[in-house]
Amino acid sequence: MKIVVAIKQVPERDAQVHIDASGRWIEESDLQYAMNESDAYALEEALQLKEKHSGEVVVVSVGPERVGSTIREALAKGADRGIHIECDDLNKRDVLGVARLLAAALKPESPDLILTGLQSDDLGYGQTGVIVGELLGLPHASLILHVEKTEAGLTVKRELEEGWFQTIELPTPAVLTIQSGGNKLRYATLMGIKRAKTKEVRLVTAVELNVESTPVVSLENITLPQKQKSTQMLPGTAKEAAAALVEKLKFEVRVI
Amino acid sequence: MSGIWVVIEDRAGRIGRISWEAVSAAQKLASQRNEKPNAIVVGAQTESLAAEVASKGVAKVVRVEHPLLSQYTSDGFTLALEQLFRAESPDFVVFPHTYQVRDYAPALAARLNQVLIGDVVAIEDGPLFTRQLMQGRLAGSYKAHGAGPCFISVQSGAFRGETADAGTAEVTTFSPTIEAGQIRTKPSEPFRGAAQTVDLGSAQLIVAVGRGIKEADNLPLVQELATALGAELAASRPICDNGWLPIERQVGSSGQTVAPKLYLAVGISGAIQHLVGIKGSQCVVAINKDADAPIFEVADYGIVGDLFEVVPALTEALKAARH
Ligand SMILES: Cc1cc2nc3c(=O)[nH]c(=O)nc-3n(C[C@H](O)[C@H](O)[C@H](O)COP(=O)(O)OP(=O)(O)OC[C@H]3O[C@@H](n4cnc5c(N)ncnc54)[C@H](O)[C@@H]3O)c2cc1C
Ligand SMILES: Nc1ncnc2c1ncn2[C@@H]1O[C@H](COP(=O)(O)O)[C@@H](O)[C@H]1O
Repeated sequence: MKIVVAIKQVPERDAQVHIDASGRWIEESDLQYAMNESDAYALEEALQLKEKHSGEVVVVSVGPERVGSTIREALAKGADRGIHIECDDLNKRDVLGVARLLAAALKPESPDLILTGLQSDDLGYGQTGVIVGELLGLPHASLILHVEKTEAGLTVKRELEEGWFQTIELPTPAVLTIQSGGNKLRYATLMGIKRAKTKEVRLVTAVELNVESTPVVSLENITLPQKQKSTQMLPGTAKEAAAALVEKLKFEVRVI
Repeated sequence: MSGIWVVIEDRAGRIGRISWEAVSAAQKLASQRNEKPNAIVVGAQTESLAAEVASKGVAKVVRVEHPLLSQYTSDGFTLALEQLFRAESPDFVVFPHTYQVRDYAPALAARLNQVLIGDVVAIEDGPLFTRQLMQGRLAGSYKAHGAGPCFISVQSGAFRGETADAGTAEVTTFSPTIEAGQIRTKPSEPFRGAAQTVDLGSAQLIVAVGRGIKEADNLPLVQELATALGAELAASRPICDNGWLPIERQVGSSGQTVAPKLYLAVGISGAIQHLVGIKGSQCVVAINKDADAPIFEVADYGIVGDLFEVVPALTEALKAARH
């Protein structure tokens, strides 16, 4: 089975993010980056499928030079090779534009399965995988926790709201968007990190892929969110704040 | 080009609150041009749903009906609505941001060379559509430039869902052409996960723990706080994903919905998928080391600090107060 996993590099979870001078993007200079969380689960699912059924796992990422480190991380965990779609104006493209780049790069690969994360932790569109399926004319299923290969194609477990699930059967080739939590994530071994250095990462530029790049929707400005409630902050040392909270719980909230 | 449309979701024969919220967002868009929105119901037997929507301040209701739409599939819904929208050329289409909509609306929009502006929390003049970025730590305003319909989906709880009864709108039927072979996925009936042994839904006091706890070995710290308070222990998704607590203790869109008198969130950032599960709480308290964490936007009381210092202090203070 040939499996492609789309991985996005996003600001690290606890990174402090600031709006940049243009007011239309975030300050990138001091940021630390990491692999998007649900993409790590997509990669894990792909590696487990390969271990069961053999084949190849290819990772693909769209972004500037720095995303090379996230591709290497995936290779260190066990992916066989990488495709880096070099693109320095990611923030000017809409989600359809990014999906077009991925679709154009993946079409000649003719994979049996394309996995993406469910949602990126920075922009949070939750759309890229579904659109890639549409552009390539492939069936898709989203919010997937578990994938099983069958005679006819795939049986997948899809998460629904409020603790419900369903299974879906679909033929391959197909696109799945993977939800976090379905598997335990592996760490890269020292050996893996060493091997990753010798694995192939093919560079293609967004220009070479020659896709329509005029955005249909644009991000006009970024602001701090509006507060929904006025929060009473309880200052002081841990002890003082704790004592103040107990007072509130006793006399205002009346739960003790 | 004509009009503002809203797609109603059929939740096992009922219309959920989030669909009414989508109706009210559509009404907001429509009122700017002195119009009423048109509503769409999709399925194989949509008569009663359509009748219910027809009384809620819409111009007309279109029943998109086909036997192959009896069960939701992305292929079926995309094909059916593509045909309707090609015929009607809407200006705006509003969806509720549900798991079902996330599954097909991006493909439907792409098929019409458009982009869904998803998970919208506010609509400003322009119109500009606000949605969360960076897991709720920032907000972005989006604008559509396309010539075709502008597709948006609205986040649960962002728009008021009470739409007063207002007359009876005309109901029409649209019959799309769909062949069985065009539907490539075969979904099963929904099923529940593991059996439920705790009922967080009726708990009055809840202490919830998030990834700030760092390791499973640190959980007793929060368990002791819950015990001192006489509260149930709950968690954010990553805690349950890691298997540190059973999934039945997960609060949020894919877990439990709770409505306690007190929800005390410890080391939880406040992502929307978590917050939708705690909207009914009377009082939210947050302990977080990051003063900018989105949880503070919905908290009544907040302590900015290291949970490893604040939680033990709070447990002690509670024990003392109870004696
Ligand atoms: C479709 C979908 C469904 C989802 N369903 C759910 C759901 O049902 N429930 C749910 O919870 N999530 C759900 N999520 C995930 C959600 O988006 C968030 O990723 C998740 O809620 C984050 O959990 P968290 O706040 O515990 O972790 P994080 O976001 O990592 O936050 C950890 C917090 O702890 C703080 N912290 C760290 N160290 C300390 C310390 N020493 N002292 C004090 N504070 C500290 C940090 O400042 C941070 O704010 C869903 C996501 C998707 C896409
Ligand atoms: N720039 C990118 N490079 C590679 N994959 C991406 C990129 N953007 C999005 N994806 C994939 O699409 C998923 C959903 O992203 P989004 O639609 O932005 O929420 C991510 O989890 C990735 O798997």
